[in-house]
Amino acid sequence: MRVLAAMSGGVDSAVAAARAVDAGHDVVGVHMALNRNPSALRTGSRGCCTIEDSLDARRAADLLGIPFYVWDLSETFVEDVVDDFVAEYAAGRTPNPCVRCNEHVKFAALLDKGIALGFDAVATGHYARVERGEDGRAQLHRAADPLKDQSYVLAVLDADQVEHAMFPLGDAPTKAAVRAEAERRGLPVAAKPDSHDICFIPDGDTRGFLRDKLGEDPGEVVDVDGTVLGRHGGTYGFTVGQRKGLGLDRPAADGRPRYVLSISPVQRTVTVGPVERLAVGALTALDPVWSAPEPRGVVEVHAQVRAHGEPVPAVAELVGEELRVQLRTPLTGVAPGQTVALYDGTRVLGSATISGTRPA
Amino acid sequence: MTAYLDHASTTPLRPEAAAALVAQMSSVGNPSSLHTSGRTARQAVEESREAVAGALGARPAEVVWTSGGTEADNLAVKGLYWARRAEDPRRRRILLSASEHHAVLDPVEWLVRHEDAEVRWVPVDATGRTDLDALRAELAAAPDEVALVSLMWANNEVGTVQPVAAAAELAHAAGVPLHTDAVQAVGHLPVDLAASGADALSLSAHKFGGPVGAGALLLRRGTPLVPLQHGGGQELGARSGTLAAPAARATAAALTASVAGLAEETERLLTLRGVLLDGLRERVPGLVLRGDPTDRLPGNLHVTVPDCAGDSLLYLLDAAGVECSTGSACQAGVPQASHVLLAMGLSDADAGGALRFSLGWSSTRADVDAALAAIGPAVERAQRAAASSRSPRRRKAS
Repeated sequence: MRVLAAMSGGVDSAVAAARAVDAGHDVVGVHMALNRNPSALRTGSRGCCTIEDSLDARRAADLLGIPFYVWDLSETFVEDVVDDFVAEYAAGRTPNPCVRCNEHVKFAALLDKGIALGFDAVATGHYARVERGEDGRAQLHRAADPLKDQSYVLAVLDADQVEHAMFPLGDAPTKAAVRAEAERRGLPVAAKPDSHDICFIPDGDTRGFLRDKLGEDPGEVVDVDGTVLGRHGGTYGFTVGQRKGLGLDRPAADGRPRYVLSISPVQRTVTVGPVERLAVGALTALDPVWSAPEPRGVVEVHAQVRAHGEPVPAVAELVGEELRVQLRTPLTGVAPGQTVALYDGTRVLGSATISGTRPA
Repeated sequence: MTAYLDHASTTPLRPEAAAALVAQMSSVGNPSSLHTSGRTARQAVEESREAVAGALGARPAEVVWTSGGTEADNLAVKGLYWARRAEDPRRRRILLSASEHHAVLDPVEWLVRHEDAEVRWVPVDATGRTDLDALRAELAAAPDEVALVSLMWANNEVGTVQPVAAAAELAHAAGVPLHTDAVQAVGHLPVDLAASGADALSLSAHKFGGPVGAGALLLRRGTPLVPLQHGGGQELGARSGTLAAPAARATAAALTASVAGLAEETERLLTLRGVLLDGLRERVPGLVLRGDPTDRLPGNLHVTVPDCAGDSLLYLLDAAGVECSTGSACQAGVPQASHVLLAMGLSDADAGGALRFSLGWSSTRADVDAALAAIGPAVERAQRAAASSRSPRRRKAS
């Protein structure tokens, strides 16, 4: 196969590309330039958009003996990931930009361009597995290493995208094993720190980033009875389930910690309350995407609402374009805007964007 | 087999230059030393200086060795500006063609940011040639405030030859020195410093078959220049640093070979280029030749292909063993829309489909045939890729 290996400059994508080469594919490395004004040097463990990262990716490609190019996908990235991220927070929701990036950039803009240029698949360093079912169709499954499993952020891929996806690290036993493999292969990125946080917010200050984009938009922090407990600088600084940084002047009457229960950007209020009020028993979600055949009727599944969250047993039903999910085990910290991914065992069925929740 | 059609980026080392380089590198001696070894090395440098001067209508004392074209451009732009401003503090304005190379643009922008310089852009026409009337008007507007005019000899992207001699005449009438970035021209067109009237001229050895990391600034005798590098005072104080005898000898060898065969080589390249252009036009509907159709660098063929991205074309041609360029600068590996094409009035979309084929001394008919064999399918595929990026697979309303 002709494989386009997306190379971020990190250790995972470098080893993934190496494994694709070993598997006998005709591999070309591509680094996606996502940032209009990349800074020259990486700072700490954050981000993957610096020039230094693209040079690291290039050196890895040199070592593998594969051609390497940098493709400018910054326009799509800014529109579909960064602007979407800001708009979602402005609307009181909690987006996952990595999900959007996989959906719109890696497995859309990059994949489409790759296919148009004659490639058969895009390979990335995600920890997930693509398996073939009895019908010969590709299925998306959890990675062998449950600690590194990233199938959640890929649950947004449809069947066609999974068909063209390749995740060579899916069967890696641990991240440590991947690092050891990078070392063995002599890849210079073997000891490079993992990237986390949000790549387009290099200092990790999400609230500050949003304040720069959205400006001050002060409002009130209230309890469930509507009593005003304090003021805030903008609802975008909060996510459901958040406990720290509420900025309340006085403790709760019962002395127990308070959590963000809901956010209403129109009234500019943040409602807080005790932990038990966070428990969600059911949710609705929109824009469903299925890599497995679309479910008919009521189906028993496992639902996961965070990248590293526990899957819980649930019952799901697709009603028109709305996915309704009853959680058999309540979940906390479920916010509109998050992705709910549905699994059958290790297999990803699909996902949708949470639009509403009901308390347990 | 790879067809190398990117000679404007760098051209293979000529065998004469390789031999000179190796021979000189094996011999010890700092040209500034007074002993026999030093004198021998100095002799090599001075013979090379005379050869370069002789090939380019300059006197030996007018050759300032540098590490290449970018250093020569920086030395000229900053050095002439500082010297001129020191003589007359009113002279802070730099007149610049909009199609200059970044090695000229960026030092000028640096002078604007840090040294109180002021830049005036002289427009270019649709072929990339500088508008002399506009230059005349700029000079007439404030003849006492202009420090420097910089106008490249031939454009690195579209190949158009600039009216350097006419511009120098206009500049001199206002008492202003003219610098020309002749990096693409030297070794490829007849270049004569004295006849051109230019006060400073930049050249780069690896563009005509010399080694990379070597070049020179030809500086008209008596032209005041403030140096960039200070140290041992070599090159009459214009450029300190141990003289690189191997680089000088190899540069001279390459230039001598280039100039000796220039007329025949030009004919040969024009024939090859004609075959390439005819073949491209036959295979790519809507292909447009950019730059002046005739008054251009003999090895340069710059075209735009409609409805596709130059970087996709580059990839597809590279995969087919054909090496060329979009012609414009990259930022972190991402080709940027060419400022030259935009200055010539092209739209972003047209500028996006730019391809520069550049032929050189080692180019053959087989290279041209390889490019022609690859171009059709590459364009077709790149156009499909561009169409797919305009209609993403899905975009959700949220």
